[in-house]
Amino acid sequence: MPETRDVSVRARWTSIVLAAVTVASLTACGSDSANTAATGASASPNAVSGPITVFAAASLTGSFTQIGKDFEAANPGTTVTFSFAGSSALATQINQGAPADVFASAAPANMKTVTDAGNADGTPETFVKNQLVIVVPKGNPKNITTLAGLAQPGVKVALCAPQVPCGAAAQKALQAANVTVTPVTQEQDVKAALSKVTLGEVDAALVYRTDAKAAASDVEGVEFPESASAINEYPIVVVKNAPNKAGAQAFVAYVLSEPAKKVLTDAGFQAP
Amino acid sequence: MTGGLLDARLVVDRGAFRLDAHLRIAAGEVLALLGPNGAGKTTALRALAGLEPLTAGHVTLGERVLDRPDARVWTPPERRPIGVVFQDYLLFPHLSALDNIAFGPRRHGVDRRRARAEAGDWLARVGLAELGKRKPRQLSGGQAQRVALARALATHPELLLLDEPLAALDARTRLDTRVELQRHLAEHPGATLLVTHDPLDALVLADRLVVIEDGAVVQEGDAAAVTARPRTDYVARLVGLNLYRGNASDHGVRLADGFTLAVTDRVSGEAFVAFRPSAVAIYSDRPAGSPRNVWAATVGGIQRHGDNLRVVLHGPVEAAADVTPPAAAELGLRPGQQVWAAVKATETHAYPA
Amino acid sequence: MRRRRAPLALAVPAVLGLLFLVLPLVGLLYRAPWSTLPERLTEPGILSALRLSLLTATIATLVCLVLGVPLAWLLARVSFPGRRLVRALVTVPLVLPPVVGGVALLLVFGRRGLIGEWLDSTFGITLPFTTAGVVIAEAFVAMPFLIIAVEGALRGADARYEEAAATLGAGRWTTFTHVTLPLVAPGVAAGAVLCWARALGEFGATITFAGNFPGKTQTMPLAVYLALETDLEAAIVLSLLLLIVSVAILASLRDKWISSA
Repeated sequence: MPETRDVSVRARWTSIVLAAVTVASLTACGSDSANTAATGASASPNAVSGPITVFAAASLTGSFTQIGKDFEAANPGTTVTFSFAGSSALATQINQGAPADVFASAAPANMKTVTDAGNADGTPETFVKNQLVIVVPKGNPKNITTLAGLAQPGVKVALCAPQVPCGAAAQKALQAANVTVTPVTQEQDVKAALSKVTLGEVDAALVYRTDAKAAASDVEGVEFPESASAINEYPIVVVKNAPNKAGAQAFVAYVLSEPAKKVLTDAGFQAP
Repeated sequence: MTGGLLDARLVVDRGAFRLDAHLRIAAGEVLALLGPNGAGKTTALRALAGLEPLTAGHVTLGERVLDRPDARVWTPPERRPIGVVFQDYLLFPHLSALDNIAFGPRRHGVDRRRARAEAGDWLARVGLAELGKRKPRQLSGGQAQRVALARALATHPELLLLDEPLAALDARTRLDTRVELQRHLAEHPGATLLVTHDPLDALVLADRLVVIEDGAVVQEGDAAAVTARPRTDYVARLVGLNLYRGNASDHGVRLADGFTLAVTDRVSGEAFVAFRPSAVAIYSDRPAGSPRNVWAATVGGIQRHGDNLRVVLHGPVEAAADVTPPAAAELGLRPGQQVWAAVKATETHAYPA
Repeated sequence: MRRRRAPLALAVPAVLGLLFLVLPLVGLLYRAPWSTLPERLTEPGILSALRLSLLTATIATLVCLVLGVPLAWLLARVSFPGRRLVRALVTVPLVLPPVVGGVALLLVFGRRGLIGEWLDSTFGITLPFTTAGVVIAEAFVAMPFLIIAVEGALRGADARYEEAAATLGAGRWTTFTHVTLPLVAPGVAAGAVLCWARALGEFGATITFAGNFPGKTQTMPLAVYLALETDLEAAIVLSLLLLIVSVAILASLRDKWISSA
């Protein structure tokens, strides 16, 4: 039904747009989320409490929001506030002193920026992996089943820019498959690449499996073997100057626990 | 036909204000449209130029009907053979004096070179041959006025409209420019309408006057007729006369408040009586003798008027009186003073209303 | 004689305002990697991004002039029902986040868009991911600046000059070109400069509508954004380059206008 499709497209776009706006306004985030008032009363002296500010990669938006709720339920007296944005923007903000407690990055490279600057407390741990899939519009009109299908004439492809993690992964996968693809655009992040498929502007894009899964009502994901050579690891760490260090440690531990892992794999992530 | 080039009945309705004036101007004739501020002079000029829509009436120039709302005829300003000199000239600030004048001919299809040559001729005719390259802001008021006149005439309009052409000038420049303007208007073969509130402009420049007040024509005629027989207080003030309206009987006109002015002219029914301020004599005691109008008055304002003093007198007959300074000194005139005023019947002029 | 000084109530906020605007620039200059500047500038892609930025911003400004000046004239000189609404609509791109503007453009000019689908099927024209798409995105975001500046100038200009032109035989078009436009030329120039500057810095609508492909749709702001993903210093170099070139161009134009005036 065209109407339902329209509505879902619009809803999808609203979220994409909101994410993009957040990314674009580099300095606008951060401080706000840190200022969220504590909800006061703590349960027992030993339990963690107070506000916990988590800077997380945009691709974690869905699953981390759920994990945050679960964490709050398991630890009464805590409030988890998220700042979702591009990993590089988050890394820059943390290095410029943003009051984050936890940093969950979509790529080791951005994590390295933070650890190199001495702003991480301890060694980052990989909590999930994500791999690439080809997304095509519902019904796969161009019948793309392999990476080589992206190189066909007349197929418009959106890739992520090589500077961002999903673009770097795409380059690796294409090299592994020995396929040369000339995209019509190199998008600034994975959601933007996905949206070009959702809107029908391109015939295919390389995105993370999680993104394809989240947009399953609009697009189809096509798995391909070479994605194994371009697996993206998500590291998480407690920020050195975390205002709520105990809370941060508890949250990181929770993300590495089984209940959180379930939420993440349900969203399409792979366990590390 | 009496050679009437322009025939216009201008009706412009704007809610509180309504203009309804009939104007006729012959070829070569200069008509002055005179009236106080807000009387509708500029509205009439704009309506003729096509800048203000007519509610009713018509504008006919020669054989051509330019505007006639009831017949759905309307000619836009750019297609009316009408030139306008605006009150503040409105010379295009980005064009030189020469190009300002050449603007009209260019729009009428004259090629650039010829238009500039014509403009140069016009500049010479208004005595500014060497100022062609100047921008309007580099011209004095009088020079700008002459450029504006040349610009309006350069399109050879059948009807020339001038809106207070001398109002923006200082007194000295106005004198020279008025003489200059008179010469150019005399040479203009078409009809000319001069809008002004300055009676001197009207008297010097125009062949005929039309006075409007509150959107309606109150008086028209040549300068002599209008100045001799004013029909409203405004006109009377313009020409410097005391004017009264009343009911005429044998050798007297009875004013509204009961005072009867003795006159020598034979009139009957509704009539005007006019006399000059200099005809009013002021005495500190009641004068006796010869048939004259005498009344007790209170001195109002006193101000200098030419070589004399003009005294405003309150009483049964509100009047302005001119006295010489020595006479005023002798009488010891001061505001509030009780005096006697007298006017000879032979000094009055009575005519039917 | 004591010189008249600006009152403190004005001088203090004025200086603060200046600092507020200038300090971020100082921050950029301070962090700029001066020693490696020359080699960074010759990196491939940078000059083509700069060239593309200047080209698209200039074309977008021309498009805005052709469409925006008449629209400003309409708003300033012609009264028609719904004029206030139109005036409000004109400012929509100012309020809309540029990314949303880019989405909106896709929904209209995209391959499946209201007009884009027809353009594609009838003429085989697709605008997204083309340089023309960059121009469209920039023009969409920048046009309000031009319209508002020109409309303001038109409202400030004495309309009686136009009446004077009419009495001299000029029709509305001639009056517009020969009298109105020269009268508001400073306003048009100011609007064009604002428009150009805004188009030059355009990011959100461009990357959303036209995508990002080096040499074709990757303008300087897009290059800066992506450089920021990996290399802060490279991003600073690119920003400074864009800044210097645009300031130089505007300054030279300004000199030209002033000397010709």
